[in-house]
Amino acid sequence: MRLRFIFGEVFNGLRRNSTMALSVVLVTFVSLTFVGAAALIQMQINQLKDDWYGKVEISIFLCPENSRNENCAEGAVTTAQEDAIKSVLEDGALSGLVQKVYYESRQEAYDKFVANDKEGIWSSLTPDQMQPSFRVKLSDPEQYQVVADATEGLPGVDVVRDQREIFSQLFRFLNAATIVAAALAAVMLVAAMLLITTTIRLSALSRRRETEIMRMVGSSRSLIQMPFMLEGAVAATAGAVLAAGGLFFGVRYLVDDWLKGSVTWVQYIGAHDVWSVAPWLLVIAVGLAAIASLVTLGRYTRA
Amino acid sequence: MIRLDNATKVYKRGARPALDSVSVEIERGDFVFLVGSSGSGKSTFLKLILREERPTGGDVYVAGRHLNKLSAWRVPHLRREIGAVFQDFRLLPNKTVYQNVAFALQVIGKSRHHIQSTVPEMLDLVGLSGKERRMPHELSGGEQQRVAIARAFVNHPPILLCDEPTGNLDPGTSVGIMRLLDRINRTGTTVLMATHDDEIVDQMRKRVIELRGGQLVRDQDRGVYGLERV
Repeated sequence: MRLRFIFGEVFNGLRRNSTMALSVVLVTFVSLTFVGAAALIQMQINQLKDDWYGKVEISIFLCPENSRNENCAEGAVTTAQEDAIKSVLEDGALSGLVQKVYYESRQEAYDKFVANDKEGIWSSLTPDQMQPSFRVKLSDPEQYQVVADATEGLPGVDVVRDQREIFSQLFRFLNAATIVAAALAAVMLVAAMLLITTTIRLSALSRRRETEIMRMVGSSRSLIQMPFMLEGAVAATAGAVLAAGGLFFGVRYLVDDWLKGSVTWVQYIGAHDVWSVAPWLLVIAVGLAAIASLVTLGRYTRA
Repeated sequence: MIRLDNATKVYKRGARPALDSVSVEIERGDFVFLVGSSGSGKSTFLKLILREERPTGGDVYVAGRHLNKLSAWRVPHLRREIGAVFQDFRLLPNKTVYQNVAFALQVIGKSRHHIQSTVPEMLDLVGLSGKERRMPHELSGGEQQRVAIARAFVNHPPILLCDEPTGNLDPGTSVGIMRLLDRINRTGTTVLMATHDDEIVDQMRKRVIELRGGQLVRDQDRGVYGLERV
């Protein structure tokens, strides 16, 4: 009886207040879409980091002949210097951070270069003009700076390069996008909460006669308040479901169908990742409605 | 059944008390008129019994409960023992007569079976059999008040509070309502009725409690409306 009563009241309330309910649905839809988008961008960033940082190496380029770098004033790197650098990487304090060190000689560098130069523009180059280098694979790619600081300036080192620099611009862009999405989400969530509050208030006012009688005949406060709470929660949940659906189709058509076909060298998040975000969107929606109810109902349906 | 011990209610600090140290006891099965001009404290008296307000001084006991100490979550249980009828009927305009009475049982969690057997009985008692499907606006004032009484009494509370139940009704109709309240009183229900209606009070010759300026000025068995007419 009570459940029937509660759901009947919720249905009636939503129907009577349909424009307000619809606006709650739409605002939560938009705000949670931004929340979800921010989360998905962060998931994409983490995926790229996992994927790329594993492949990334630090390149320690050694002094060639005739370098203008001060550190190379004494001419090309000597074998003794090379051994010293190698032992710094493999035996010293850095050994814990370094997974693997690989030496690329002038000839190897030349061979790689020529292999990439299919049109033969650089055919006049000789192996002697190339720079030998150490390629260092780190056990923790985030510790790049420590290794760079320790090796830069050692005798025979020309310059230390980290391939991560190539990606850092992209990550900075994606992080900025996350912040924009999160900021918009925050504003929209506030709007959603105010709207839910207003909806519950209107609903409570329009049913004051009923709640007044319920109070008089001694129905419990929870039964009086439950329909209003559920009304807000139902509308907000509908918004969350729409947001999850919107994100699902967004990822599917933008990422799965479009980006994956045109930019193929990137590992993307997929539509299935939306399912790990969706429960949180529901939690946020219900939490939002709960807070709005607590704020409003105490005032409009007293015991 | 209802007992006030030096009950005092001050709404605003420093203001004249709405109810000033009132002590009165109403036994089970009593029929009591509560009279007094506007602002004499009648409404506050009823509100203390319903625990819509708490006394600022003294004690209030209703149906075996000490209301000063009653926690908020137990208030609904108190209200299930008190039926309330008002001058303005307070029916739900979008529900039928039957639904209005059934509503009172629904919202305290009674089973459908219970409702289906009790509501027709109650409508029969108040003389509205055959009008179950009417909407409130299709009824006369007296009939609407009968619906309100049916709703207040459908759960068979031991106490019935009536706040000016005949205030909006013509004298002829009022007599019918009073007969109904008398009949309910005979089932052992305590009836407390606040009223301005001197004819009714004089006719019924029941116990009369008179308030003036928040103070109890008269408590008389088989009384009449105005002291000057004794």
